[in-house]
Amino acid sequence: MSKRDMTVGTLLPINIGIGALAQIFGMMGLFCLIMTSGCTKKQTFEADNSDYIKVGEVGSMTGAEATFGISTHRGILLAFDEINKSGGIKGKKLKVVSLDDQGKPEEAATAITKLITQDKVVAVIGEVASSRSIAMAPIAQQNKIPMISPSSTNPKVTELGEYIFRVCFIDPFQGLVMARFAYENLKIKKVAVLRDSKNDYSVGLSDVFTESFKKVGGAIVEDKSYSAGDIDFKSQLTSIAAKNPEAIYVPGYYTDVGLIARQARELGIKVPLLGGDGWDSPKLKEIGGDNINGSYLSNHYSTEDQSPHVQRFIQSYKGLHNEAPDGLAALGYDAAKILAEALLRTTDESSPALRLAIAQTKNFQGVTGLITIDEKRNATKSAVVLKVDQGEFKYQTTIKP
Amino acid sequence: MTEFVQHLINGFSLGSIYALVALGYTMVFGVLQLINFAHGEVFMTGAFVGYYSGRFLGFDRSPSFVGLLVTLGVSMMACSLLGLLIEKFAYRPLRRQPRINILITAVGVSLLLQFSGQLFFGSDPKFFPQVYKPEGTWEIGDLRINPLQVNVLFVSLSMMLVLQYIIFKTRVGRAMRAVSFDHDLARLMGIPTDRVISWTFMLGSALAGAAGVLVGLIYPKIEPFMGIVPGLKSFVAAILGGIGNVTGAFVGAIFLGLAEEFVVGYGASTYRDALAFIFLIVVLLIKPTGLFGRAGSEKV
Repeated sequence: MSKRDMTVGTLLPINIGIGALAQIFGMMGLFCLIMTSGCTKKQTFEADNSDYIKVGEVGSMTGAEATFGISTHRGILLAFDEINKSGGIKGKKLKVVSLDDQGKPEEAATAITKLITQDKVVAVIGEVASSRSIAMAPIAQQNKIPMISPSSTNPKVTELGEYIFRVCFIDPFQGLVMARFAYENLKIKKVAVLRDSKNDYSVGLSDVFTESFKKVGGAIVEDKSYSAGDIDFKSQLTSIAAKNPEAIYVPGYYTDVGLIARQARELGIKVPLLGGDGWDSPKLKEIGGDNINGSYLSNHYSTEDQSPHVQRFIQSYKGLHNEAPDGLAALGYDAAKILAEALLRTTDESSPALRLAIAQTKNFQGVTGLITIDEKRNATKSAVVLKVDQGEFKYQTTIKP
Repeated sequence: MTEFVQHLINGFSLGSIYALVALGYTMVFGVLQLINFAHGEVFMTGAFVGYYSGRFLGFDRSPSFVGLLVTLGVSMMACSLLGLLIEKFAYRPLRRQPRINILITAVGVSLLLQFSGQLFFGSDPKFFPQVYKPEGTWEIGDLRINPLQVNVLFVSLSMMLVLQYIIFKTRVGRAMRAVSFDHDLARLMGIPTDRVISWTFMLGSALAGAAGVLVGLIYPKIEPFMGIVPGLKSFVAAILGGIGNVTGAFVGAIFLGLAEEFVVGYGASTYRDALAFIFLIVVLLIKPTGLFGRAGSEKV
């Protein structure tokens, strides 16, 4: 047969039937199922020893937000080491059993179940991300094991039960801080919002910011969304640029924000980006490069805080890891210290007693400020606003509740 | 108006990336009638090979066009080798088996590569070395064009033309068409079918490798699961254009890129991923063979 018998450009005459496609998509379904069933890695294991008090930790040691889990873990370890060196808790040493959730809510739920049922921990510290804490909290509540989230800021987390605590402020406050800072300090009137629609943290913070910013007198000119893991944000940014905002509020996680900043600058958007504590990672400047300079984020603490206890913490951390602790490390440290302090105060070893002791935490001097657990089991404390400057987070101002 | 044209530019650049991946999909399907689900993972491997080779050879410290070419070359070679291995060990033994077996194997290979990637590269996102930094961005009035994106579009287009040339003007291409027409008959005519299929896989995988490096340059965040979504979307693009058709894959990919861009730009940004599949369903309902596909009957 001659070449011409083939229509030019047709490699072969075929007809994919709908049946074949259905099979393919069936595969996809199967594929997704397999994707979501991983396994949790156990990092420390020793035979149960009654000289130890075992505390569980769930964090994202791997995955897209690995720095969150790693920093928090280092903070917790540092706190436990200090307590163990100074005699432990009533003669017993503290030990952390740490499980990785790979940054997936379903893995976090599996991990906390394992910690409670198999490792018999007295309490759980975790998670950093609100969406994962929300997956874990019902399980902690059901088993009546206190869970302290170091840095999940979504209000829903502690509403899931009386056994769920946090040592950080909540998003209604964090969103308000940035809204006030943008309007009063930066004199900005028009802001566009770019939210991660798959992420509880990002959606909650965007909503709160929108409400607060309108309340103080500003206008939201555009509200677009993306999904965590997207790599192309140009279409959202092009639409946002057309509305000429004076700043863009991007309360996402550092992995996406780095790329967003990069693409915003490529499109000629020169206005600052504003964000929350989800930006707090050394990776932000690695992926964002110079594009992230001149942007602002709200956070839990600043490394420039000169209080002796803060500087002491920074020195010990630097001595171990050769880098300054980020906010996540500081909150991990505070969560561990608050738990230890509650363990010291408990009257007996039962869960309800420990829960009560944590709930009664008052004016605890943490690295991230004075921490008092309120009746809703949240911490009331100040937030700081930081500016990204040459890849460093520079202290701007403190905003009190 | 500026906004519209900017969206158009963005859509083309996104589409040209899908096109690079879709071309490989379509070639393999054309010759083997096999949907190579692992194609997206070959693309991911290409990005990581680029990451390591770019850093190892020091191009991240002294970016140059030569750096880009070398990184591309290394990546394409590594990926064509990977494609060769995948075909040899996973697909060839199953060639006489029912189609569904090989399809399941393809899903298996894809998962194997994803999680091996997680094992070897770690699952935290890595920053792709900027092995080639063209000067600034081109500005036309308020329009912004990243020269890299023009490069990708250019690379996709030229790859498409090269493929067309190979398929219709060379002996290898003729052999490919013969194998795709009738496997057994081709062998009776003395065509080394195994070798032809290997060649096809290598060519398709090399394209995916090139796509991996270019995507890494433009969107410098790479991780082991980065191949899933582009892989799926490119597969959709290939079907849209009529799978097995090179021009169709390119057109389908550009079409999909533009469609996504405009849905996000002017509509609901949350429906971005749903849209690709809505298009697929609509096109298949109206024209089951895709835009450029030719009516034919499935050989049983």
